[in-house]
Amino acid sequence: MNPENRGDSDTQTIVRLYRRMRLIRHLEEEIARVYPTDKIKSPIHLSIGQEFIAVGVCDVLTAKDRVSITYRGHAAYVAKGGDLRALVAEMYGKRTGCAKGRGGSMHLIDMDAGVIGASAVVGTNIPVAVGFALAAKRQRSGQVTVCFLGDGATEEGCFAESLNFAALHKLPILFVCENNGYAIHEPLSKRWATDRLVERVATYGIPADRISDGSLTTVRARAAEAITAMRAGAGPAFLEVLCYRWQEHVGPNRDYDQGYRSADELAPWKADDQVARLADRIEPALRARIDAEIRVQVAEAFTFAEASPFPEPEELYEHVYS
Amino acid sequence: MSTSTAEGRLLRYVDALQEAFAQEMARDESVFLFGLDVDDHKSIQGSTRGLLQEFGPERVFTTPLSEDAMTGMAIGAAMAGMRPIHVHIRMDFLLLCMNQLVNIAAKAHSMYGGSVKVPLVVRSMVGKSWGQGAQHSQALHSLFMHIPGLKIVAPSNAHDAKGCMIAAIRDDNPVLVMEHRLLYGTEAYVPEAPFEVRPGRARVVGPGDDITVVAISNMVPECLRARDLVAEVGISAEVIDPVWLQPLDIDSLLASARRTRRLLVADNAWLPCGASAEIIAAVLERAGPDAGIMVRRIGFAPVTCPPSPPLEAAFYPNPGTVASAIHAMVRPAAPAWQPDPERTRLSYQSSFCGPF
Repeated sequence: MNPENRGDSDTQTIVRLYRRMRLIRHLEEEIARVYPTDKIKSPIHLSIGQEFIAVGVCDVLTAKDRVSITYRGHAAYVAKGGDLRALVAEMYGKRTGCAKGRGGSMHLIDMDAGVIGASAVVGTNIPVAVGFALAAKRQRSGQVTVCFLGDGATEEGCFAESLNFAALHKLPILFVCENNGYAIHEPLSKRWATDRLVERVATYGIPADRISDGSLTTVRARAAEAITAMRAGAGPAFLEVLCYRWQEHVGPNRDYDQGYRSADELAPWKADDQVARLADRIEPALRARIDAEIRVQVAEAFTFAEASPFPEPEELYEHVYS
Repeated sequence: MSTSTAEGRLLRYVDALQEAFAQEMARDESVFLFGLDVDDHKSIQGSTRGLLQEFGPERVFTTPLSEDAMTGMAIGAAMAGMRPIHVHIRMDFLLLCMNQLVNIAAKAHSMYGGSVKVPLVVRSMVGKSWGQGAQHSQALHSLFMHIPGLKIVAPSNAHDAKGCMIAAIRDDNPVLVMEHRLLYGTEAYVPEAPFEVRPGRARVVGPGDDITVVAISNMVPECLRARDLVAEVGISAEVIDPVWLQPLDIDSLLASARRTRRLLVADNAWLPCGASAEIIAAVLERAGPDAGIMVRRIGFAPVTCPPSPPLEAAFYPNPGTVASAIHAMVRPAAPAWQPDPERTRLSYQSSFCGPF
């Protein structure tokens, strides 16, 4: 018997969540490690430290449900079940990439897994996700759409426009704001008149909740409540989840020496690292086995990407029009 | 190049549009039509008349004044397998949709490696006269022609209004349909059965030998009148309607210009970086250095459109200014010539009055 299937369902859940968390963390650490070789020719926005949000939310979705992701989207892509090899190959610019080398790290997509695409222009994915939700409602498909967005995206006009329309049409969409406190290098204090985001959202008649404990378990529980209500016909819901970006805005490094933020900010988040928290709850032998499997899985994805062919120059004119 | 057809019944442009929507929505459940005012008592000048009653509020609905998000919403619905038609009462409002149209609609198929399609129709109309002024009069097609991934069509008559709209709805790419408010009342023979005026085919609307006049949108009837006027002084002008601006049927325009060795492009827009510049550049580039084709452009004056009637009259090209330009190109040595101003007026334009 697979040891992961032993024990109560709580244990199974913990193991499942740990697997996802560890996979994303290890994947991104590998991306950061490989990046200086210049084999990855794409601007990478790592989600290290923020993975708990995507993993918590996606764990309560079905394969048919959809997620709209941001340019900091590796975590949500993997959490929703996006193809790992195609992700790495896309960053390498290979033909086997999830967008055939035409998207890069900022435009991940895997329609088969319900990952409906990322945009590099902040906030642009929000109304597009609303459109998927509208289609699901019209088609009576029962699919729920989750729209991930950052705190910066809430400042875009289309955010307010989208909330209003989603509420007006009672669309099955969960907005999840990953509030890491910075837009590139600019803190909330320089961008928001008040930090009462959930109050703003609630005025549209949308249930809005703020999660500030940095806990995967809390995120998962709140997402489950919202999604369950949505499947029963309730309209949109909104979650603001406080989190912290451990790495620099774009690139593989830390940037606490750059003066715009202090490593003191990171300390409490690191002390409460959700990957480590889950790891502590799994027996060491099983954990070691999972970690080893994930190392193989990620290494295999990089090998696949390296071995894959680049597109031929004459393929340039493909996919302009369908 | 296709030729015009004389089948069907005489139908107004606006009714031809309505017929296209009604027929396509009946044929395909995934087609829906939305935009501010599409379901009200005026029904976009009648172009969406009866659609709410026939197809219900799930498929015909108004929107908040949120052009940016509504465009994104339509794109998402299109990626999810629907066929949205997004309606704007003036083309000027498309500037509020630019981010979604340029950054997502045009690029999604490409930047997602072909894994999604965006079968979206965006229809808008260009206003003219009766004080439309600075922000209800702009024809912005050249902005969109610049962007790979978008298609743009500018039907100039009722026949094409229906055929182009049906082709746009059935197209798997985002298509911008640039309608013209002044053309809504004009009539042409339109087949009753659904038909498509497919992308990328220009049409000779008036044959001639001395000069090629490429006319866009509302400039087509204006240039046909100019053609009549110059015919009276012995000049034979060929008027070509490109119909689709992206993809553009350069081959047909080039074939005509090679023959006449004179090319005048009359655009319903400003000239710098415009459709007229693109058409001339593309024709000359392909014609080569020895073709000896004389070129000229005519369009809006390079100012903001004014509402005051005498200023507005000076702002727009008209059959008289087009006829003078043709004459100057065909007979450069002759003194400048202007037709009788009374005969340069077009009845469908003179009869138009407000408020819309």
